[in-house]
Amino acid sequence: MKLAIKLAYRNLIGAGLRTWLNVIVLSFSFVVIIWMRGVMLGWDHQAKNDMISFEIGGGQYWHEQYDPLDPFSLNESNAKVPDEFSELIKSGDLEPILIVQGTIYPLGRMQSVMVKGINPNQTILKIPTSKLDTVVNAIPAVIGGMTAQSSKLSIGDYVTLRWRDINGTFDAAELVIVDVFYSNVPSAEAGQIYIDIEKLREMMIMPESATIFTFRNSEADWIEVEGWRQKSFKELTKQVDNMIKTKTAGQSVFYFILLLLAMLGIFDTQVLSIFRRQKEIGTYVALGYTRKQVVGLFTVEGTMNSILAAIVGAIYGIPFLAWQANHGFTLPIDASQFGMAMSQTLFPVYSIGLIFTTILIVMITTAVVSYIPSRKIAKMNPTEALRGKLQ
Amino acid sequence: MKAQIVFINVFFISLLSFCQVNADYILKRVDENMYSENRIVESSMTIHGRRSSRTITSLSYSVGDSKTYTEYLSPAKEKGTKMLKLDNQLWIYNPSTDRIIQISGHMLRQSVMGSDLSYEDMMEDRKLTDIYDSEVVGEELINDRKAYVLLLKANVSDIAYDSRKIWIDSERFVPLKEELFAKSGQLLKQTTFSDIKKIDGRWFPTTILYKDMLKQGEGTEFKMLEIKFNQNIPEHIFSKAALRQ
Repeated sequence: MKLAIKLAYRNLIGAGLRTWLNVIVLSFSFVVIIWMRGVMLGWDHQAKNDMISFEIGGGQYWHEQYDPLDPFSLNESNAKVPDEFSELIKSGDLEPILIVQGTIYPLGRMQSVMVKGINPNQTILKIPTSKLDTVVNAIPAVIGGMTAQSSKLSIGDYVTLRWRDINGTFDAAELVIVDVFYSNVPSAEAGQIYIDIEKLREMMIMPESATIFTFRNSEADWIEVEGWRQKSFKELTKQVDNMIKTKTAGQSVFYFILLLLAMLGIFDTQVLSIFRRQKEIGTYVALGYTRKQVVGLFTVEGTMNSILAAIVGAIYGIPFLAWQANHGFTLPIDASQFGMAMSQTLFPVYSIGLIFTTILIVMITTAVVSYIPSRKIAKMNPTEALRGKLQ
Repeated sequence: MKAQIVFINVFFISLLSFCQVNADYILKRVDENMYSENRIVESSMTIHGRRSSRTITSLSYSVGDSKTYTEYLSPAKEKGTKMLKLDNQLWIYNPSTDRIIQISGHMLRQSVMGSDLSYEDMMEDRKLTDIYDSEVVGEELINDRKAYVLLLKANVSDIAYDSRKIWIDSERFVPLKEELFAKSGQLLKQTTFSDIKKIDGRWFPTTILYKDMLKQGEGTEFKMLEIKFNQNIPEHIFSKAALRQ
């Protein structure tokens, strides 16, 4: 085997430009595949971290009627805070949020919003709720960057909020925007306004009511509470997982094309080698090599392309991938339009598993592609091969 | 001195009760004009948007405030859409899907065909005197017509508008303007009534402009092209089966 590797290496280097062209194309596949998979992994990390920080915490309890995709049912999706939660709320490990429907009129345009009542002293989510304690001549409100962009509101702006209380009676008041936060999580930002939960309860005539509860710790002990559904971290981030799975499947087509191009080069080289090196093959057999060993030699030679490609890829790929991990990849289109927790700049994350699986997949593919044309050797007549006669 | 105090008290109590009776009397006179046993109305509703306006025409049959059947006549997109209101229930028939949908709960709060009116606004069939305490707060000139200004304050909790201000023509007893307020006192909607005509011996506004005061735009104009009071309307019109016909 050692001799086979030595011979394969010499043959490869001896082939000169032909080998290096294959190696460069294959190394390009290595780097691009690792980078793209890294971007996906980075997106997964970023999306989940942002969701934890701005929306879901360590998990949630939802009122049994609550459906975030049906804002019209919000009025029926709340109930008094159950006694079972009192201790957790007091310790700050569980935060109630009341969600109701409202309408704002920025610059005379009507815009439906979800008004979220949240404790100004909460520390579970990174929303700047402490600003809700600001004393102003209107109701202090915090909005996300996406709402600020769509409604053209900024800090210090006043806007009229209209809502209907529990009896269905219209009421309206002025809000003042005390802060704007940026989270990359559309479901925490778009069309949402955060105000003090006590104020919202007073406005709605819904004392001590809540729509959802957010846990600080995902390892918290879940207790069964009638009328409330448990939503684990995994369940709440399922949408991200599904999206990444779909995107990864889509990217696989790209990986396939990249590998196909590289493999085409290797396949061609192998076919050419076998055709041009018939005398050499005949000599190997004459020297006592079994046909199987000669096939192995050529397969190792082909597979060695991927090893050289990994080394070449590492020379320019490691600095490039490291630079990307630090500076990130800025999407050329507005990521907030995707409706997913996705930042404008994605920072790739490269795990050991990702690098090794990529190298392994490319090496196995190269080995298979190298072996297929080499099978012809097994059918060769050694005498004819020695004479260099075409077979 | 004691007699004077008693006199002043009696005077003010009488004045207050006079105002109360007066407001109720005015609303009763308004009801006499506006309310009829039944009516058939062909109307157009023009919804003024930010960039363009669109007009929807319809034919409505109503009996009192409890039964209404409406068929949309134009534009082609809305033609054939029918609406049936029976007491506090509302159904809509859509010819393109050939389905009857009941509008209930939160759906009643949606806008009717994108207008400034909600289904709920159309559904309100309780008499103003039953759900509001009213008082006359002054007199003003509206379009050169002398009008009583009535302030209505809700006396029930399940109501959309906490208070209303209505300007009533002091001679013809028809509303000229109405303002709807939020609990906080913020003006939310304004309705203006114009083109007042005498039809079948009663004064009736044939053009009504609904305007959401928090929103930019010119509101929704409702024009009654033809109105007939106290007609013979067959009972079968007010059935779900009539929606598919």
